[in-house]
Amino acid sequence: MRGLFFVLAAFAVMALGFWAYQENYKTQAEIADVRGLHSEIGAAHERLGMLRAEWAYLNRPDRLADLADLNFDRLGLLPLMPDAFGRVDQIIYPIPQILPITNPIELSSGGFDEQDNDL
Amino acid sequence: MIRTPLRPLARVLKARAKGENPDAIEAENRARRHEAMADKHRQRAEGRLLVLGLAFFCAFGVIGMRMGTLAGSVPEEPRASAVGNPIIGQRSDIVDRNGRILATNLQTHSLYAHPRDMIDPAYTAKGLAQIFPELDEAELLANFTSDRRFLWIRRQISPEQMQAVHDIGSPGLLFGPREMRLYPNGSIAAHILGGASYGREGVASAEVIGVAGVESKFDGFLRDPANEGAPLELSLDLTVQAAAERVLAGGMSIMNAKGAASVLMDIHTGEIISMVSLPDFDPNNRPRVLTTGDQSDSPLFNRAVQGVYELGSVFKIFTTAQAMELGLVNANTMIDTQGPLTWGRFRIRDFHDYGPELSTTDVIVESSNIGTARIAMQIGAERQRDFLGALGFLEPTPLEMVEAPTGRPLLPPNWSEISTMTISYGHGLSSSPVHLAAGYAAIANGGTRVEPTLLRRTNVEVGPRVISEAVSARSVDMLRQVVQRGTASFGEVRGYEVGGKTGTADKPRAAGGGYYDDKVISTFASVFPASDPKYVLIVTLDEPSENSGAEPRRTAGWTAVPVAAEMIRRIAPLLGLRPQVDTPQQVGVTLTSN
Repeated sequence: MRGLFFVLAAFAVMALGFWAYQENYKTQAEIADVRGLHSEIGAAHERLGMLRAEWAYLNRPDRLADLADLNFDRLGLLPLMPDAFGRVDQIIYPIPQILPITNPIELSSGGFDEQDNDL
Repeated sequence: MIRTPLRPLARVLKARAKGENPDAIEAENRARRHEAMADKHRQRAEGRLLVLGLAFFCAFGVIGMRMGTLAGSVPEEPRASAVGNPIIGQRSDIVDRNGRILATNLQTHSLYAHPRDMIDPAYTAKGLAQIFPELDEAELLANFTSDRRFLWIRRQISPEQMQAVHDIGSPGLLFGPREMRLYPNGSIAAHILGGASYGREGVASAEVIGVAGVESKFDGFLRDPANEGAPLELSLDLTVQAAAERVLAGGMSIMNAKGAASVLMDIHTGEIISMVSLPDFDPNNRPRVLTTGDQSDSPLFNRAVQGVYELGSVFKIFTTAQAMELGLVNANTMIDTQGPLTWGRFRIRDFHDYGPELSTTDVIVESSNIGTARIAMQIGAERQRDFLGALGFLEPTPLEMVEAPTGRPLLPPNWSEISTMTISYGHGLSSSPVHLAAGYAAIANGGTRVEPTLLRRTNVEVGPRVISEAVSARSVDMLRQVVQRGTASFGEVRGYEVGGKTGTADKPRAAGGGYYDDKVISTFASVFPASDPKYVLIVTLDEPSENSGAEPRRTAGWTAVPVAAEMIRRIAPLLGLRPQVDTPQQVGVTLTSN
């Protein structure tokens, strides 16, 4: 009985050792992975910062004003002036297109008209 | 193992034959056996002790070695358990109120040299001098051939320059990463942003530190990694700021002014939407501080914050507002304006003679010095001082810039009665345009004090009350009448109901003793729209002269007012203010005949 217990305990220790070994290497792999991701995120941040800076530089008000002047013939852009404000009822809304009627239904309304006129 | 008997028969028989006691044999054998057992036990115990000792030795050896490696190795950040984002260690961006970038960082490289690793110093020096024209080839060669181990060549270089240096192919030329502060909008808001430069520099990194403006004031915040890259949000509006700078620069050149400043402030929150000081500079390439002469001639000088001037008649509204608040006058009280007003050896005159008396409103509309001085005499020095203190005119503005404390108002050393009289129309007390903006904001916003700020505010506590709402409304109405029928008639902008007050003050001589005859500071302090005031705009021109007429005109009505009107015309739509145009009702008129 005692001998069996010792054998089982030895096996348990071996199994746990194997498990710990596996976990250790898995953890180390994950840490390396995270480190790689961090450096990737860092590089992405750097790129993003560069793109933001470029975007801000290309959109700087002086350049936009110069571009608006250069392309005045085509775009006709002017500084926003008070007369640019309008009212909603000054806007012409597009008239919605009515679909062609494909299956007309004939209706006679003569009788109704006469009744209405009587009332 | 054969056990030795205690009483071996042969020996016992032999002993009995000799007549000896056989028990002695047994005792002897027993003693021998015990001795053997003790030997055996000792041996086993010694073996165990040895094993135990070895085990302890190994355990302590491992611990000792681990301690040794820990002590001997470079500390490393525990990556796996690090909280937060370990990447964003850069200086934070500065953005405007809509999130548009005013200052950001760019990754560039620095160039340094290890002259000892160079193979062909002459060729390297020649190549570098070609890439960077400002470097001297002979000096480089002298450095490369000297005993030096290390040499900075350029603090920051562009990617194109880096490639060109690569192409030289010298192993002694090395690059280090370097963060650069970039102001993508160039000179826009230059005075507010200030600028940045390098602090401690190393090959692998360099710290970027703010040297002026908000960059310096918020240096700690911008560098704090705990913010995780959160930007600093200013109250400025980039579009409005750009438009204001453009219009003001145009106005400054038309009016032949030496300098100009403008402040646009939200009167309810105190947020500064735009603040311009001309001439300005490019913060990417900040000019050096003047070492000789007047600092106010340097483009670095912020006229809106640091420039304290006697601003002239724009102060009159404070006098009348206080007098109305105290119940000394109302808008229609007639004030004696018979001139000149003599006090001791001083004589106070008006620009024109306005007759024997004017109503309080007309004192403001016509800008009568005598009338204002008479009202101030009723108020008295003590109360005037307290009132101006409540509006913030006695201490530097609380603006979040390192330069703000230098804009300390110049007060009369002795606040006498004559000081009271001159201060009532803006002479004898020097303050900055930002002070004036805060003062006008308090007058126009219903009468509560406003703290000017450069930071975006979401909710603001209402400041302590300075004047009542009724007095505030009457004062705004007076300001509106100045534009409608007074000195600022060029200030009318259709649809925006501009109200304001002009101020033309002679510049004091730098050497002391009196004022220049032909140099003025002309100011227009405006509030719009007058029916529901939202913004205050201060425009100040330094030494303007409008030369279209027979003789140069320098009064604010001819110089600062038209510039301010144009600014409002451009800025108000950008602020989202709709012009209030009274469109006449389309009555049903039908054409009956030709």
